[in-house]
Amino acid sequence: MSYELSSHVRDKIDDWKTRFPADQQRSAVIRALHLVQHENKGFVTAEQMNAVADYLSLPTIQVYEVATFYSMFQTQPVGRNEVSICTNVACMLRGADDLVDHVEQKLGIKLGESTDDGRIFLKREEECIAACCGAPAMQVNHKYFENLSSEMVDDILDGLD
Amino acid sequence: MAIEQNLVCFNTFGSPESWTMATYEQHDGYKAWRRILAGELSPGEVIEEVKASGLRGRGGAGFPTGLKWSFMPKNYDGQKYLVVNSDESEPGTCHDREILRYNPHSLVEGMAIAAYAMGATVAYNYMRGEFMDEPFPRFEAAVKEAYDAGLLGKNVQGSGIDIDIHGFIGAGAYICGEETALIESLEGKQGRPRFKPPFPANFGLYGKPTTINNTQSIASVPSIMHKGAAWFAALGPEGSGGTAQFSVSGHVEKPGNYELPMGIPFKTLLEDICGGVWKGRRLKAVIPGGSSCKVMPAEVIMECTMDYNSLQQAGSSFGTGAVMVMDETTCMVSVLRRISRFYMAESCGQCTPCREGTGWLYRMLTRIIEGKGEEADLEKLVDVANKIEGHTICALGDAAAWPVQSFLKHFYDEFEYMVRNNGRSIVEAASDAAA
Repeated sequence: MSYELSSHVRDKIDDWKTRFPADQQRSAVIRALHLVQHENKGFVTAEQMNAVADYLSLPTIQVYEVATFYSMFQTQPVGRNEVSICTNVACMLRGADDLVDHVEQKLGIKLGESTDDGRIFLKREEECIAACCGAPAMQVNHKYFENLSSEMVDDILDGLD
Repeated sequence: MAIEQNLVCFNTFGSPESWTMATYEQHDGYKAWRRILAGELSPGEVIEEVKASGLRGRGGAGFPTGLKWSFMPKNYDGQKYLVVNSDESEPGTCHDREILRYNPHSLVEGMAIAAYAMGATVAYNYMRGEFMDEPFPRFEAAVKEAYDAGLLGKNVQGSGIDIDIHGFIGAGAYICGEETALIESLEGKQGRPRFKPPFPANFGLYGKPTTINNTQSIASVPSIMHKGAAWFAALGPEGSGGTAQFSVSGHVEKPGNYELPMGIPFKTLLEDICGGVWKGRRLKAVIPGGSSCKVMPAEVIMECTMDYNSLQQAGSSFGTGAVMVMDETTCMVSVLRRISRFYMAESCGQCTPCREGTGWLYRMLTRIIEGKGEEADLEKLVDVANKIEGHTICALGDAAAWPVQSFLKHFYDEFEYMVRNNGRSIVEAASDAAA
């Protein structure tokens, strides 16, 4: 099964490519994967990775190895809203573990899992997201939420479509 | 004593729309760059000024910035690059995010000046992927404003100077904060550190001479050039010029990012700036510069000033200025396990001691917390850490080893208590006894 990049994604990749020398298109691969993942609501498929490779004239392995190396790319189906609760030291010292317990109970899933209705993906035990002074903190679809309480987390999660 | 804050990288903070060019220019923004465009400063003069300022790399290693710039080949005809490291991922560190969100023009101007000094005509700012929603667009908007104002591009204002600045966004990998891994990532590859030598100044991005500097280091450059090296150097003590942005987190009343003169006493930072240890508790320990730095017991750090020399003499390091504060109720075994998990998860896997050793450390610490530890494990932890340290391509291996060595050195009794009491923490025992 083949997959074609949307014209929106192609335009964005074309624009991004101008930042690099003409013979260094490979530099655009990370951005391209972000774009297709976003369009696919949270994860990339093999067909999409092949399409990115084709578009940037790269061997497919060069796209696969990037997609599997970086923690922001998901290569398996996941829920459409990505919730990443930081559990690193600064957040841990201010109650992140309790927050994770609370969310796991509320959603009935463990870290790394998605809800059955495909609404929420609770990302693996998250590493430092650079919001240490607003601990405990999390990202929901790349937006920061800081100084969290379990009530605030409830409100945020309940508001996701 | 009142301490002046926000003198350098945060100098627009508190002004309305602090991230815009108009606000930045009200704070003397682009004056230094305009002097360069007017032909008033040679590249060599810029490098000498930065050297004299005492600015040292704020990414953790503390290498003198001006000296680093001088390593770039001068008589090289091909393309040279400047790359800024905004991959801010060292646990505890969150001040580059503030510069990108609230004063991105200081970085844009700093990049232009630094690139000029080194003869680079293209500069990239590598931002961590998690910054895509707010910091990245703010930086992009600042670059656009600078282009629109005729401050960037080819032959800028007829000066003969070419400078193109581009943002870049990563995708989640601590290792990309290591400069050669960052280059690999910028080239569209997995972030795996390269062997050095060759150093990036000779063989960097796309094989061309490249200098990589931290966000805060570069954002400090416009103020140095505008107000002078002597002014900047005098803000801090000998060997630690300027200000630093301290990200204070953990058990304090007022966590936050504070830009303060280097050399401020830790006691002042904790008590006067951050409102002291929260909930009226006692201080137990501090990691002074991100999780890769050695932990310091309360009584040691309370005597220190926050600068390179003082923290090094006391057995730790300045690191990134990310100060993680732990009160008396903190279980040091649990904190160390969390740190070890981080290095296990973030090891790129190319060096065996790091790839395997970080997992061993995490699993041994987990075993101890689950009550299955043995006293021999404590020696084994240090042994594994010692075998990682110095045996890897990059510093992530050392960064994984130092917390283990220092936690066991300073808080051995907590680890010993836990293995002798089936996983019960000494802190829990103390709180039960008090109840």
